[in-house]
Amino acid sequence: MSLQLQGIARTVGGSIHLHPVDALLEPGLHVLLGPTGAGKTSLMRLMAGLDAPSAGRILQDGQDVTGVPVRQRSVAFVYQQFINYPSLSVFENIASPLRLKGQERGAIERRVREVASLLHIDHLLDRLPAELSGGQQQRTAIARALAKDARLLLLDEPLVNLDYKLREELRTELRALFERRGAVVIYSTTEPIEALTMGGSVLVMHEGRVLQAGPTAQVYHHPASEAVAEVFSDPPMNLVNVEVTGGTARFPQGLELPLTGHLGMLEDGAYRFGIRALHLALRPKPGLPFLPARVELADISGSETFVHVHAEGLDWVVQEEGVHEHGLGEPVTVYLDPTRLYAFGPDGRVRAAPARGRGG
Amino acid sequence: MKGRSIALVVYFVFLLLPIYWLVNMSLKTNQEILSGLTLFPREPTLANFHTILTDPSWYMGYVNSLIYVVMNTVISLSVALPAAYAFSRFRFIGDKHVFFWLLTNRMAPPAVFLLPFFQLYQALGLFDTHIAVALAHCLFNVPLAVWILEGFMSGVPKEIDETAYVDGYSFPHFFVRIFLPLIKAGIGVTAFFCFMFSWVELLLARTLTATNAKPIASTMTRTVSAAGMDWGLLAAAGVLTIVPGALVIWFVRNYMAKGFALGRV
Repeated sequence: MSLQLQGIARTVGGSIHLHPVDALLEPGLHVLLGPTGAGKTSLMRLMAGLDAPSAGRILQDGQDVTGVPVRQRSVAFVYQQFINYPSLSVFENIASPLRLKGQERGAIERRVREVASLLHIDHLLDRLPAELSGGQQQRTAIARALAKDARLLLLDEPLVNLDYKLREELRTELRALFERRGAVVIYSTTEPIEALTMGGSVLVMHEGRVLQAGPTAQVYHHPASEAVAEVFSDPPMNLVNVEVTGGTARFPQGLELPLTGHLGMLEDGAYRFGIRALHLALRPKPGLPFLPARVELADISGSETFVHVHAEGLDWVVQEEGVHEHGLGEPVTVYLDPTRLYAFGPDGRVRAAPARGRGG
Repeated sequence: MKGRSIALVVYFVFLLLPIYWLVNMSLKTNQEILSGLTLFPREPTLANFHTILTDPSWYMGYVNSLIYVVMNTVISLSVALPAAYAFSRFRFIGDKHVFFWLLTNRMAPPAVFLLPFFQLYQALGLFDTHIAVALAHCLFNVPLAVWILEGFMSGVPKEIDETAYVDGYSFPHFFVRIFLPLIKAGIGVTAFFCFMFSWVELLLARTLTATNAKPIASTMTRTVSAAGMDWGLLAAAGVLTIVPGALVIWFVRNYMAKGFALGRV
């Protein structure tokens, strides 16, 4: 089954929730990536048929399903909140779509147990949803969606309300589950790391538009624009305005960088250079260009330290391996790897991107 | 702590005093009632209750009242459930105004609607029927029921409705199988309020009936006769009037607590 969107848009009471979207989604996993309010949920509700598009058509396997009510489509939907039927047991929750299809008792029983064991909730089948933990409730919701064997499976930030450990675990399990299905699976998330872990292909969304679509790794390495680079980078890509004249980039701090490699072809003019936090360093790296800056904040997360630095014309985040202490306002030197620089034009389109091959 | 318990005791004494007096009187003979103050019946008698429960002109009053009260509760709930669902789930032109207008029906005293109802029912031949009283009470109970139920329904996430549609439920199937069980506390509370209003309402019930659907409250006026008041009988009728209300409260007491906690009652 394939899902085709032809210029679907949605306007509610004069405010635009979604600009026209065109996409052809083949069976497999597709990640919708975008910050909160980017229109991910709006788009998924249109795909499912829960809302009607203001314009455009939706085709399933070439058939127009735009006006078909959701209950006649082959769709399953998992919400960010844990949505189950509170008055039905876990077993009945998972069985409900199967019962409505009129399957016979034995087949339903087998299918429910099979799906429940995939999601490790087979020992909870007699309980009510309210008696489960959040993670188990969401597993129940996912199990109900999987049991139905729908041709279009939509998951709207399904793991966002779960704790960190559980999220990592479920993410890996889900990826394995999706790989075995011939359905179109749409998975939305706000986290670039989650998109990269899930793999498949990605649609990057921002302010009601689909900015870029393609295989996840490719979009990550070759963002088409500054906006995509910012959305698909955690922490957001560090940006700085530079002047390029005669093959040299002039940074506001007086750093002059001779342009070579992928940046060598840049014409003279104003650019915004971008670089990911993990390609910056505070410890001296011989041969690399550097900038003076001051520490604003050091944020320790797990085994990494995110150091927010400020200098005239830039607010950057440097990702350092290991736990490091930094005093507020402490002067530091930021080393940057010029082979990892992105160059964006004044219109936000990418002009030069680093060649792939040396990791993220 | 001590002052509070004293205050509570005093409060309960005042609250229970009239009920105690009523029960006390219903167990006495008329001579004893009229002869002076006694805190307990000297010769307790169930004769008053016996009269009421054996004389059809008495007990039919209860039967009539119960018939129109139950009719009213059933009609109010079955009309208010879909209406409340619409108010809680859909946005349509004037929804907020209609919702408010519903409540304004409760703002006028029942006496205002007495004459129109009387005339209308005479013209339609509904006068002195149970359904006449039940419908008249709907004017007050349906808005209240919609108001209470809407509060409970809005507490159920809309995503549950959508999940049901995605699963393939039709609307009626979803409404009965999934939705109603989720708001059963609200339905209990609503039924209680409809029941109580209809049970205690006297003016409309008395005016719109003559003999066939005569409610108990107007039967009670029968005890005034040329021979004087039959105090004991009247008191016994009063005691029996409290019983259905007390029973209903007993059954919905848990739902009531939940309903008050949800803040729409």
